[in-house]
Amino acid sequence: MLEILFNHYPVLLEGLATTLVVSLSAIALGLVLGVLLAFGLTSRYGLLRWPCGLYRSFWRGTPILLQLLLVYYLLPEVGIEIAPITAAILTLTLNTAAFQSEIFRSGISHIPAGQIEAARMAGISAWQTRRRIIMPQVFRLTLPPLTNEIITILKNSSLISVIAVTELMRVSEQIASRTFQPLETYLAAALLYLAVNLVLARFSAHLERRMSGGLATE
Amino acid sequence: MFDITLLWEVRGLILQGFWNTLWICFTGCLLALSLGLVLAALRLANPRLFSYPVACYVELCRGTPLLILLFLLYYGGPSIGLTLSASVAGVVGLGFYGAGYFAEIYRGGFKSIPKGQLEAARMLGISRWHALTRIQIPQMARLIVPPGTNQLIILVKESALISIISVDDLTKNATTIVNQTFQVIEPYLAVALLYWLMIELIARGGYALEKRLANRQPRPAAQQGATPHVHG
Repeated sequence: MLEILFNHYPVLLEGLATTLVVSLSAIALGLVLGVLLAFGLTSRYGLLRWPCGLYRSFWRGTPILLQLLLVYYLLPEVGIEIAPITAAILTLTLNTAAFQSEIFRSGISHIPAGQIEAARMAGISAWQTRRRIIMPQVFRLTLPPLTNEIITILKNSSLISVIAVTELMRVSEQIASRTFQPLETYLAAALLYLAVNLVLARFSAHLERRMSGGLATE
Repeated sequence: MFDITLLWEVRGLILQGFWNTLWICFTGCLLALSLGLVLAALRLANPRLFSYPVACYVELCRGTPLLILLFLLYYGGPSIGLTLSASVAGVVGLGFYGAGYFAEIYRGGFKSIPKGQLEAARMLGISRWHALTRIQIPQMARLIVPPGTNQLIILVKESALISIISVDDLTKNATTIVNQTFQVIEPYLAVALLYWLMIELIARGGYALEKRLANRQPRPAAQQGATPHVHG
């Protein structure tokens, strides 16, 4: 295993870099979409709530592998040529947006209604209330489930090897078939995934401790 | 655009895939549930000896993709004399992967029962075994049903990965149909609906079980306002 790591570390690290770039762009894009969806889910208007709920239900209720295949093969059908890596980022984004919207929705529901009423009384607009009062608290409240989601997306990004994106999983498949040492190669890859995820979990725990002050909920 | 007759023509492949997904998920989840219980029990029975190894195992399951685990079993296994068929590797992979998550769920349920209850039981002369079966397990069951249901749903969805190690499950057969008919939407959407159906059924089942367990006896004060039922 160590031998594989030493002999092939440039390609492995390159694969890991692709894994990180794809996952983190999906997380960031999914965050924006997820926040908007969460606003939709907590909207007063049924006409907004309903489609957001359907979106969430579909993307959380079907396997991500199937979603990936659907996006990758469907878009060319309707005349949109798309590179594998774009399809990968798009699918992971649409998927994580649904999970993140549920995380944010639950976070928003934990903000005391009195704060929002007070903001309205003080003449603060609805968007300002969301931007300045609700979301800063929601991000702090939802840090632990958000970290879990980031780790899940990092793990799920291994699936994009199926549509020939050369990330960590794909690179290890290539090394395994060249060296005939599948056990050692996949163990090395597992170790890399594990290391990244452990660092992420630790970093998040550290952030959580630092930001735990100043929350008005309880 | 959506051709339903096409689906009727390939119903054999869809049903075969559905059946394979069903039995592999069922056995895999059963393995995960029981192995997870063993891991949690070991940890509670002798924390000094088992806490660290079980915690490492849990971290391993949480930190590495299931796909890597499946590849290790299916492609890496033979080099240490462990030759599994693709579907058995699927069951074992799902089972061992899920066990790490279930071990944590059981432990969480156990830990959240106030210590005072056990002390009170001992004071009243209730035996350790009785306290376990009559006080701890019934309360724990209620607490672990929502996260347990969640985890089962995740496992069913992750089971789509076994198609990559060439098990003829729903996802693999859908791709086969796509390659045969050159139609993308119908097979994938039909299969997505079948997964959705399975997941909805598990979610409903979990919800019904939760309600039944909650009605059986009064809630202890510690669990007022049970966790919301969220699946995904």
